[in-house]
Amino acid sequence: MNVAGCDVGSLTAKAVILTDRKIVSCSIQRATSRPEDSARNVMEAALAGASLKFQDINYTVATGYGRERIPFINDAVSEISCHGRGAQWLIPGIQMIIDIGGQDCKAIKLDQGGRVIKFATNDKCAAGTGRFLEVMAKLLGISLDDLGTLSAKAKAPLDLAAACTIWAQTEVIHHLNNGLPIEDIAAGINQAMAKRVAMIVNGIGLERNVCISGGVAKNEGVVAYLEKLLGVKLKRPPKVDPQAIGALGAAILAHERMGGRS
Amino acid sequence: MRVAGCDVGSLTAKAVILNGEGLVAQAVIRACARPEESAQKVMELALEKAGLNMQDLDYVMGTGYGRRQISFVQEVVSEIVCHGKAAHWLNPTIRMVIDVGGQDAKAIRVDEKGGILQYVYNDKCASGTGRFLEVMAEALDVALEDLGGLALQSRDPVSISNQCAVFAETEVVSLLNGGKAKPDIAGGLVRALAHRIAALAKSIGLEAPIVMSGGVAKNQGVYDALEKVLGVQFNRPEGDPQINGALGAALLAKEARELN
Repeated sequence: MNVAGCDVGSLTAKAVILTDRKIVSCSIQRATSRPEDSARNVMEAALAGASLKFQDINYTVATGYGRERIPFINDAVSEISCHGRGAQWLIPGIQMIIDIGGQDCKAIKLDQGGRVIKFATNDKCAAGTGRFLEVMAKLLGISLDDLGTLSAKAKAPLDLAAACTIWAQTEVIHHLNNGLPIEDIAAGINQAMAKRVAMIVNGIGLERNVCISGGVAKNEGVVAYLEKLLGVKLKRPPKVDPQAIGALGAAILAHERMGGRS
Repeated sequence: MRVAGCDVGSLTAKAVILNGEGLVAQAVIRACARPEESAQKVMELALEKAGLNMQDLDYVMGTGYGRRQISFVQEVVSEIVCHGKAAHWLNPTIRMVIDVGGQDAKAIRVDEKGGILQYVYNDKCASGTGRFLEVMAEALDVALEDLGGLALQSRDPVSISNQCAVFAETEVVSLLNGGKAKPDIAGGLVRALAHRIAALAKSIGLEAPIVMSGGVAKNQGVYDALEKVLGVQFNRPEGDPQINGALGAALLAKEARELN
């Protein structure tokens, strides 16, 4: 039995295909301006990866902000539920997920069965989302990957006063002009990012068994600072790209809808 | 007696000179890299207009975010107190000041003597300040000073769904790509800013008559939109609304001089 989960976010689209409860393909693509196109493209890429066709898929669950506009799906479920389901499947007993995407940040608390107990999101303010890092990387003229790795080389991480992305930009320009080493600035940026995320997490109460997902989970600098601030070791989802955990959760729900055991 | 007030803000610096009769000279300049430099320059400009030298001043009061860096002042005071003083001097019936500058927004409730009853302040988030307009003018590729006029030409202002200046900038780019007219986008942006300022002002309770001051008060688009959103007509005292902080500082310098 083949099922699929398709997560169409604001910046990226993700698809995961399960065959008899095994991940056989995963694809991540930059989203286009039309969610239905993004969904089709990413599904086609995932299908190609598994040497399958659309007709071979028995059930598809969609999630993400563009989920209502995808024509080929059987059902649509909220990202919060899908993230919960995906994380619980990968790491049984997980109590909390911190998901940081390109334009939002979520903290989700789960019960033993992977059901959502409580959650908090920020999609109103760019600070604390991947967008903050994108703006800063562009300002420093480095890639997002470099922003993450430069942190580790910092001797005296900069303490950014502003939380607001716009004010932080002005601050960073000032420090660049003053010749502050770029690794110290990068570390300051990652630290500021981690502080905002920690605020959201602490808003619903930290748990002990926590995993981190979303594109920003790949930024080692942010994750290290976040672990320090929260005082817990953050688990990385095994077996799948941390950006695809929502799509994976959607695929697991699709598997269950078909009567498969979870 | 001659006294002065010097208000060093983040984007502009202002100076006002008073004598026993009233306002003698005023100046506004774009801020320099260092606050002390901005203060010196704007004060010299005001002195030049008044035909005076620094030694002719009996007392100088500093205010604004750069006030601690001004070398030639006898005393410094917060902008909030200055705005209360200035509003009272301009029109003693005024009960509320909404001041929106390049990097902050304040709402201040004043009593019948110009004393501060309550105030609220935003300098944490760029949206709701003049900076929001700067970012958006750049995204629209128009001059900052043209944005207000452009907004007034709008027949069908768009609705801007993002509050955050970073997200709203992206929204403006996609509105432009979607073929929306610049005046309608500008109309939507000034309304979005007005809503942010209104929320700040309402948080301490509106009380008319209200005066709007600060650099953003010169943006007719925002000024009109804010009146509409709040459902009030602002009190319109004569003079440049951007110098109120410096004016208040000068009035306080006068009081200090009279006391000493």
